[in-house]
Amino acid sequence: MVDHGARRARVNQLIDAEPRVVGGSPGSIGRLERLCTALTRVLPASGVGLSLLVEDNHGGTIAASNATSRALEELQFALGEGPCIDAYTSRRPVLVADLQAHGSARWPGYAPAAHDHGVRAVFAFPLQVGAARAGALDVYRDEPGPLSAESLNDAFTFADVAMDVLVDSQNGDEGSKARADLDDVLAYRVEVYQAQGMVMVDLGVSIDEAMARIRGYAYAENQSIGDVARDIISGKIRLDKDTHEL
Amino acid sequence: MNSDAGIRPEDGWGGGTAMIAVEQLAEVFVELADTLVDEFDVIEFLETLATHTATVSAAASAGLLLADPHGQLQYMASSTESVKLLELFQLQYQEGPCLDCYRMGEPVINTDLNEADDRWPLFAPRASEAGFQSVHAFPLRHRSKVIGALNLFSRDAGRLEGTDVRIVQALADVATIGLLQERAIRNSEVLTEQLQAALNSRIVIEQAKGALARMHGIDVDAAFALMRDYARSKNHRLSDVAHGVVTDPSSHEDLTARR
Repeated sequence: MVDHGARRARVNQLIDAEPRVVGGSPGSIGRLERLCTALTRVLPASGVGLSLLVEDNHGGTIAASNATSRALEELQFALGEGPCIDAYTSRRPVLVADLQAHGSARWPGYAPAAHDHGVRAVFAFPLQVGAARAGALDVYRDEPGPLSAESLNDAFTFADVAMDVLVDSQNGDEGSKARADLDDVLAYRVEVYQAQGMVMVDLGVSIDEAMARIRGYAYAENQSIGDVARDIISGKIRLDKDTHEL
Repeated sequence: MNSDAGIRPEDGWGGGTAMIAVEQLAEVFVELADTLVDEFDVIEFLETLATHTATVSAAASAGLLLADPHGQLQYMASSTESVKLLELFQLQYQEGPCLDCYRMGEPVINTDLNEADDRWPLFAPRASEAGFQSVHAFPLRHRSKVIGALNLFSRDAGRLEGTDVRIVQALADVATIGLLQERAIRNSEVLTEQLQAALNSRIVIEQAKGALARMHGIDVDAAFALMRDYARSKNHRLSDVAHGVVTDPSSHEDLTARR
């Protein structure tokens, strides 16, 4: 069994290995674009797009593997419906292995339009950690059929890494280099989530900013996130309002 | 086993000890069915199930783990705090009855912790220290796929046999049905969607526990009890309350206002 940390590390390596496009975006957005193209190769898929959303389902596309995927992302916002919006709203993945058979009733506007773009299957993965959520990662395929267990696994890991990039970008970290993965053993994750809630109250910030602060602290102190979380819970450390940001 | 007799004393715990009481079991199924209303809360459902499983099986405690999309088990629910810690211990050290049960897809039953040091060199002594003598784990299955495990801990060496084993497995199956929210789920996509939603709900609850702990200067377990009591008294879903606590504390002022 490959652990979660190792999976994330592998995904970061794949993104690093992804060629930089001439004229590609710098910083976090550039990294997310390469994340999209890397996932396209790994699955494989005909395209991958990543959009950010806010509460009232407005949003925008931040990265895509190609122009068609970008158009498919934007289409959802133009029509106000689609798998990405549903994944965000329902806080769960939306996996549609046969868009023609199962998409039309659900998305009367989006499904036929996506079909015209050659999409036969679409899989949307929410970018979220508990109550913190940013948007969704969409995978498009030009033939119907489910993702294999391994492909699903990869897609979930890419979504987790995308969330990391977005959270870290709040710390002013432009994602120019891959982070050594600081997540440690899974058992401590319960504590990581509890610590996020604590820092949220301690600093009077949102839950996603609390996540960013914990990660930023872990990087700065070169500690694992699990260790930092345990110290926050035990009261050994308390992040300050003016904790130095990276 | 006589098919006409249902649950018989001789099918119960070995050594003539208690067996699963039919009346009690009937109540459990009725209460679980009541929980499975349209907008039920999956975490509350699993906590209720863990608590009842412990009661009917005469086990001291029960815990429930679910597999995430990476095939890693994650903590979901338990009847008592000491079992939660043992579940987390198994996850941390990737060793123990739940892990074995999940990997093999078979129940692990009647394991005497005093004789399990070879099998689980880290877990067995830890569970013994916590006051448990025997342990069982039952798979949560959906068709051929194992999606999690239900763990029972006993303070005595009482054995689960015959009908008891089938009843606890039936409770594990009820957990699966509750998770899937439909009896005949259409495809594995829906299963993945539901599992992910359940796993994320648990994360929201942990975040809310942390927030409430700091708001009131209490520990996370007291924070959980506070939140659960509040949700019950207001007839809200636990997950909705937890989400409100994290995203908009003013939406539940009775719970979140600092005293």
